Amino acid sequence: MKTLLTNAKVIDPVAETISDGEVMFENGIIIPTETADETFDCQGQYISPGLIDLGVKVGEPGERHKESYKSAGAAAAAGGVTTIITRPDTNPAIDTPEVLEFIRRRAQEVCPVNVFHMVALTKERAGREMTEIGFLKDAGAVAFTDFTNVVKNSKILMRALNYAKSLDALVIGHPQDPDLSEDTSATSGKFASLRGLPSVTPLAERMALDRDMALVELTGVQYHFDQITTARSIPALERAKKNGHKITAGTSIHHLTLNEFDISDYRSFFKLNPPLRSENDRLAIIDAVNSGVIDVISSFHTPQDEESKRLPFETAAAGAVGLETLLPASLQLFHNQSVSLEKLIKTMTLNPATLLGLPSGRISPGAPADLIIFDADIPFILDRESLKSKSKNTPFDGHKLQGKVRRTIVAGKTIFEC
Amino acid sequence: MGFKDKHLLGIEPMRPEAIVEILDLAENYVQLNRSQDKRAESLTGLTQINMFFENSTRTQASFELAGKRLGANVMNLSMEASSLKKGETLIDTALTLNAMKPDLLIVRHPQSGAVDLLAQKVNCSVLNAGDGRHEHPTQALLDALTIRRAKGRLHRLSIAICGDIAHSRVARSNIILLGKMENRVRVIGPSTLMPSEIDELGVEVYQDMRTGLKDVDVVMMLRLQKERMDGGFIPSEREYYYRYGLNKEKLSHAKGDAIVMHPGPMNRGVEIDGELADDINRSVIQEQVEMGVAIRMAAMHLLARNDKSGKHG
Repeated sequence: MKTLLTNAKVIDPVAETISDGEVMFENGIIIPTETADETFDCQGQYISPGLIDLGVKVGEPGERHKESYKSAGAAAAAGGVTTIITRPDTNPAIDTPEVLEFIRRRAQEVCPVNVFHMVALTKERAGREMTEIGFLKDAGAVAFTDFTNVVKNSKILMRALNYAKSLDALVIGHPQDPDLSEDTSATSGKFASLRGLPSVTPLAERMALDRDMALVELTGVQYHFDQITTARSIPALERAKKNGHKITAGTSIHHLTLNEFDISDYRSFFKLNPPLRSENDRLAIIDAVNSGVIDVISSFHTPQDEESKRLPFETAAAGAVGLETLLPASLQLFHNQSVSLEKLIKTMTLNPATLLGLPSGRISPGAPADLIIFDADIPFILDRESLKSKSKNTPFDGHKLQGKVRRTIVAGKTIFEC
Repeated sequence: MGFKDKHLLGIEPMRPEAIVEILDLAENYVQLNRSQDKRAESLTGLTQINMFFENSTRTQASFELAGKRLGANVMNLSMEASSLKKGETLIDTALTLNAMKPDLLIVRHPQSGAVDLLAQKVNCSVLNAGDGRHEHPTQALLDALTIRRAKGRLHRLSIAICGDIAHSRVARSNIILLGKMENRVRVIGPSTLMPSEIDELGVEVYQDMRTGLKDVDVVMMLRLQKERMDGGFIPSEREYYYRYGLNKEKLSHAKGDAIVMHPGPMNRGVEIDGELADDINRSVIQEQVEMGVAIRMAAMHLLARNDKSGKHG
């Protein structure tokens, strides 16, 4: 059965173009256009590859009440995310082939979107001993990261990177100096001083970045920084990339669209890790997306239940859900002319796919038919209770947003429409 | 336009006229407190609960006395020893107390913003008796009243706040209040005890006591917490006293009639010379304590008034 999607504005992240056109697929694979068995009129809306969200927290194992593979899958489908890359900061951590095997099966049973898994770089994410990187890679792990548990001991990290390099494994680091950022909940500056919040200097990010980059230079491992959020990291990152090191960088949609003042009167839904930054930092990160220094935008979907957020700001849990708001929030950057639409889509499709070696994230013959059709303009006010995610901790509750997914297609099959 | 708010959570949202209304009313209560019969009626029949999630003898006593003199039924809850140990969240504690229909909650909490959070969940008026390093509004108000009485005005004064600014809610509330009333505020202390970008709040920052104190009208000392004395933020107690402890010599750089203030409790020989603290010609520390009761009476009186007019309006 050959399906043709016609009358669409096709976003091609490879060429970074948007053109009127059509897309055909058969048996879940995109093919060159020919005579169709069925035709679907997109009514002039956008078609893009489905989004690939790198760094999604699903509460399995350990916190299924916050998010299960089922609910995460439903949220992803509604948000136009056709591939989620999950994090290992679960309880217990995903640090053995057995746990990985268990959650892979769970995900395959109940999740309508593609799921790939990152696993821990060190056992229990404790920074003491490296995990079985080889076995885990064979079992399907796409990347190794301890996420927010930064490996403090540089010797242990060096060995893990060295070993990962020998297996061509991708390592993902969270650049935050662990001592400086311990027990802090805001970025130091006027806002934190006024609110009396324990705060961390934005340079804590640069410091961790510098150390990790030196170890990348030493070991030659392929390394991705998950969230770059401060202006003063950018020149160092740019230099390292120019010098030909295998370094890439991501950022979060929240750090691109919000700043520290959104915390306002201690609103815990705006408590993130790393904390929201100054407006100057936000603008610098937008520039870095435009210049290509930052490759990937993700939601860092972090479901937290009401109990863990309804606490004083300092003790409240950090993180925000983002699967369903990644597209409309990023479209803000398009509508306010900060970033072009084709660039935005590229950072959420082709770039993460290339990083992880996935065939998706592009619209070209041979690629999987993971596609979304969306209306970029339709305005709406977000009601957090309407989210499909089990947890409703979005910072965009009540915000005026623009853009909705009309259809989500995974391997040629429509899994969501509205 | 005076003080119209339902809660008193901080100085930051207050208008200068609101501050003046509280100070003016407090003057009346200063007179009352100095008379034989200290009773007033403005909180008669009302229930005041003091919830202190952080130990405090002085502030809690001040609020208790203020409430009792205004005729309120005052209940003290030592929150450290109670439900929190059993795992109850702050919001649940607030809702439980709320169901008992108090009229006024006086709350102190070790975390910044916790009192704001609590105020969102209850029906009665909430008065912030200090939250983390955020604000301590009645302390700033009582300091303002003390200054106004000693100096005859509360504007165009040069005021130095000295010591651990970073961890001090007293410093924040005072910086904001004194700024709103159009004074020149300086902060003096070691850079390890300065909040980042403090100059953005409109203060002049000094690391040296003698230059910082030059020609000021008011010297406000802050308490240095014991746990910050060794190694972490400053090298030692004795080095701190040598560089930042207030003594007669350092004070001589201030104006001849400059007053010395301290929110208490004092560490004699750490941030202030003992003799100087007792010098009735310079130190207004005891007067601050007296003004504290009057200010709290005025603040609670106005909160009760605002709540009542809110219910009728």
